[in-house]
Amino acid sequence: MLTHRLLPIDPQTGRARDLRSLAAHAAAFGPLPTPPSAADGHPGALIEAIAEARLCGRGGGWFPTARKMQAVVDSAAGRRQRSPGSRPVVIANAMEGEPASGKDAVLLAHVPHLILDGIQAAAATVGATDAYLAVHRGTPSIDDLDRAIAERRSDPVRVELITPPARYVASEESALAHWAGDGSATPVYGDRPFERGMNGRPTLVQNVETLAHLGLIARHGGAWFAEVGDAQAPGTTLVTVGGRVRQPGVIEVPTGTPVSELLARCGDVDGPVEGFLTGGYGGAWVASEALWSAEWAPAQVREAGGVIGAGILWALDAGICPLHEIARVATYMAGESAGQCGPCRFGLPSVADDLTDLARATSTREDLARINARLALVVNRGGCKHPDGTARFIGTGLTVFSEEVAEHLRGGCSASRTGNSLPIPQVRKSPVKRAGKDFR
Amino acid sequence: MSKHVRRQLHLDPTLCDAHGFCAELLPDLIDLDEWGYPVFIAGGLVTDIPEGSAGEAKRAVAACPVGALRLTKHA
Ligand code: SF4
Ligand code: SF4
Repeated sequence: MLTHRLLPIDPQTGRARDLRSLAAHAAAFGPLPTPPSAADGHPGALIEAIAEARLCGRGGGWFPTARKMQAVVDSAAGRRQRSPGSRPVVIANAMEGEPASGKDAVLLAHVPHLILDGIQAAAATVGATDAYLAVHRGTPSIDDLDRAIAERRSDPVRVELITPPARYVASEESALAHWAGDGSATPVYGDRPFERGMNGRPTLVQNVETLAHLGLIARHGGAWFAEVGDAQAPGTTLVTVGGRVRQPGVIEVPTGTPVSELLARCGDVDGPVEGFLTGGYGGAWVASEALWSAEWAPAQVREAGGVIGAGILWALDAGICPLHEIARVATYMAGESAGQCGPCRFGLPSVADDLTDLARATSTREDLARINARLALVVNRGGCKHPDGTARFIGTGLTVFSEEVAEHLRGGCSASRTGNSLPIPQVRKSPVKRAGKDFR
Repeated sequence: MSKHVRRQLHLDPTLCDAHGFCAELLPDLIDLDEWGYPVFIAGGLVTDIPEGSAGEAKRAVAACPVGALRLTKHA
């Protein structure tokens, strides 16, 4: 089924329409109804609609959006102090921390006003007076976004474009709130952003796909949203399909669409594929046959051993050595540690080094046992989930490609070609001390 | 003091600098990993303190040079 809600398609070209101007946006989507707000006595109306929609956050966690917004509302209501400096804040997350993801960029480039509509609706609902749109430094669409924001002079809440550094963990929600307040994009342990986020204020951090859906729910209601897709997590969703497919790219599908259909939409796999990476570098590998028939919805993908995360599906070319790919990504992820927590700062690089040896087929069984022991040791011990996600990426990879692991322990490698598959932005040295100026 | 009080020790991993005093004072609850960082034997970053160890737990909190440990009491 073809359902294009967030990204209307031009029937002539078959591509997503360019709706960067406010006029084109208004013509395509219609006017945004004035969001119900605290001022008119119905601040909860949109939260009810979102709950009816069963909208789940598309940034990776798939947490129910209505509950998250309610938590911000409750935290603000529970405060004794009501000064402007303690009012709620909305941060729209378009950081695209996962290197294999492209959906935030596609939304920014095609429907920036739908994101800005969602920000206005969210701000009115939680009573926020300040809102930010976070894109990583160096994002190509920055000038367009400035223009889009400038076009909306009559919006009740002014949106400020902020550009944290393009670091993997900078897109984590406590890190974003930290950056917006103190200018350091490192994760914060302990405080939950909905209680104490930016400068201690209740902070709603939402992925821009979630906010774009919000812009549509504000227009058409929750029941409309849930008309398509999976029963538990309905609606449409964006998926970045990459690797060994004929037409890689970002597609919009109803949740619950079979993986085989996602691949067909991208021209199908272009050669043998033994495993898929789901969810990105904090995600999980799944063997082809286990994922092929699964439906692309959080519970079903989890059952198949994967994770949707921010909507990434990567078909790894069977001709390329999977252990080489795993070692490259592990090395990148070790270098992306904020260097605050021991298990992350020392554990990840030590595992990455051992994986590099394994990829070169110079490892012994004892080396492999040490990798597995250290993976278990980095989980649940960090200030954020960076080590946990990385450990899952590595651990599932070693399981899915266990035959290749065995081959490497015998000193061989069955790859038919050399080369890299997964995108790596920039490999940094693992931090030897706490994150410094490159997180500012 | 009622015996229904639940004491828990919380570790902030972003502050801990691997000084290791906590593991010395509470060897039954805390191990050190190969890099010298504390590992709660029961897992995670929060661990239950048995009645008899409350004194040592308080001492560990006071001994941590970077304030990475915190004790909570719940009825
Ligand atoms: S676990 Fe790693 S990335 Fe997360 S806060 Fe600690 S050092 Fe930073
Ligand atoms: S005493 Fe403090 S700094 Fe030292 S290991 Fe324990 S928690 Fe970490």
